[in-house]
Amino acid sequence: MSQAATFEILGLRRGYGGGWRLDLPAIEVRQGEFLAILGPTGAGKSTLLRLLHLLDEPEAGRLVFEGIPIPFPAPLEIRRSIGMVFQRPLMLTGSVRDNIAYGLKVRRQREGSRVEEMLHRFDLEHLAPRDARTVSGGEMQRLALARALASRPRVLLLDEPAASLDPGHAAVVEGIIRDAHREDGTTIVLATHNLGQARRLAQRVGLLASGRLVEIGETEDLFTQPRQPLTAAYLRGELLTEEPADS
Amino acid sequence: MLEVIRLTFVVSGIALAISSALGIPVGAWLGLRRFSGRGLVRALIYTGMGLPPVVVGLAVYLLLSRRGPLGGLDWLFTPAGMVLAQVVIAFPIVAGLTSAALEALDPELPLQVRSLGANARQEAVAMLRQARGGVIAALLAAFGGIISEVGAAMLVGGNIEGKTRVLSTAIVLETRRGEFATALALGGVLLILAFIVNAGLLRLQVTPRHPS
Repeated sequence: MSQAATFEILGLRRGYGGGWRLDLPAIEVRQGEFLAILGPTGAGKSTLLRLLHLLDEPEAGRLVFEGIPIPFPAPLEIRRSIGMVFQRPLMLTGSVRDNIAYGLKVRRQREGSRVEEMLHRFDLEHLAPRDARTVSGGEMQRLALARALASRPRVLLLDEPAASLDPGHAAVVEGIIRDAHREDGTTIVLATHNLGQARRLAQRVGLLASGRLVEIGETEDLFTQPRQPLTAAYLRGELLTEEPADS
Repeated sequence: MLEVIRLTFVVSGIALAISSALGIPVGAWLGLRRFSGRGLVRALIYTGMGLPPVVVGLAVYLLLSRRGPLGGLDWLFTPAGMVLAQVVIAFPIVAGLTSAALEALDPELPLQVRSLGANARQEAVAMLRQARGGVIAALLAAFGGIISEVGAAMLVGGNIEGKTRVLSTAIVLETRRGEFATALALGGVLLILAFIVNAGLLRLQVTPRHPS
């Protein structure tokens, strides 16, 4: 594994009931890359993102972040270098501006200009004083992205960030994500079951099924020449849900 | 009369402040953390919420009496003793209702707050702000419970004029004397006092605050 890797996953396991929700022998997330994790509902995508965010503790295996093996509970400073947008973002009491400022505030960082920059960049200026819990679905998703990116995380984890949006809003969100990757050099891991979105955005794509990595490779290679029959079946739309559901 | 009102406000105000300082963190701990024995702690606190004030008064009386374990404090028949009794009544109400308010929030919220970079203390503060309505309701319930109770105030305070007489014990005394008009007037004052405090707390419940 290369020292430049953002994440190295080694024999990582996370269970539920009597089995493994996630069982990953070895995966690397490269620094600055855009990796999409595809998989049916219940494949373990959300579980993987929570492990990468160091919010959940693996039951076995090792997670190495930027060359440092992570102990659990994970050090706050390392956790703070990772941001995440959840599939169903929840807003804190207060305004849109307050929500964007929150991550900076807890880090004791200056808020003013960065918050204004994020409001402008995410086209939220007109909503700045509004109660964050009253904005629409598309606005909330933009706000969730702005909130996660305000503190300049080195890694951004995205859990189905446009799943609940109509195509127009989804395209806007995709554009924002693409810019965050290109302009800020943020390493991005996107969990999605949207094949088109993964193909449009990601440099590499992996397929998770039943908590295991079926295949990982360059985006076009995986879409045009899948090596595994399961990948081919998924791309044909034949593998849509699994039990247990986790996302 | 003014002295009775002042003492009522001071005793119940201090008791509410102490109960909040202890009960809100305990409620947050109970509502946000999962640990072994949590069910037992919660059952004990919920039981405490239903304690009859007169039983609390009796227990505190025995604690503070000359031969009791806290007899050396010399707090029996003093406002300090009354505050202690009211804290015993109010603390489980604040802790129990705060914990219930936090448990009613979306279970994914703590995770999302941590995801934004909050440490454990910042997470607890953010969650309490999210549950502010419930926390204020807890304070209202606790204040309502202690300002109107008679049993503990009577047993521990002794209803001594100019020293430990509060509105609720004064109402009992005036009723026993057959001075119903005075008792009713004192009851009206008690209601106004409770209304003023509740209105202040309700204002906090609806005023938007910065989430931190």
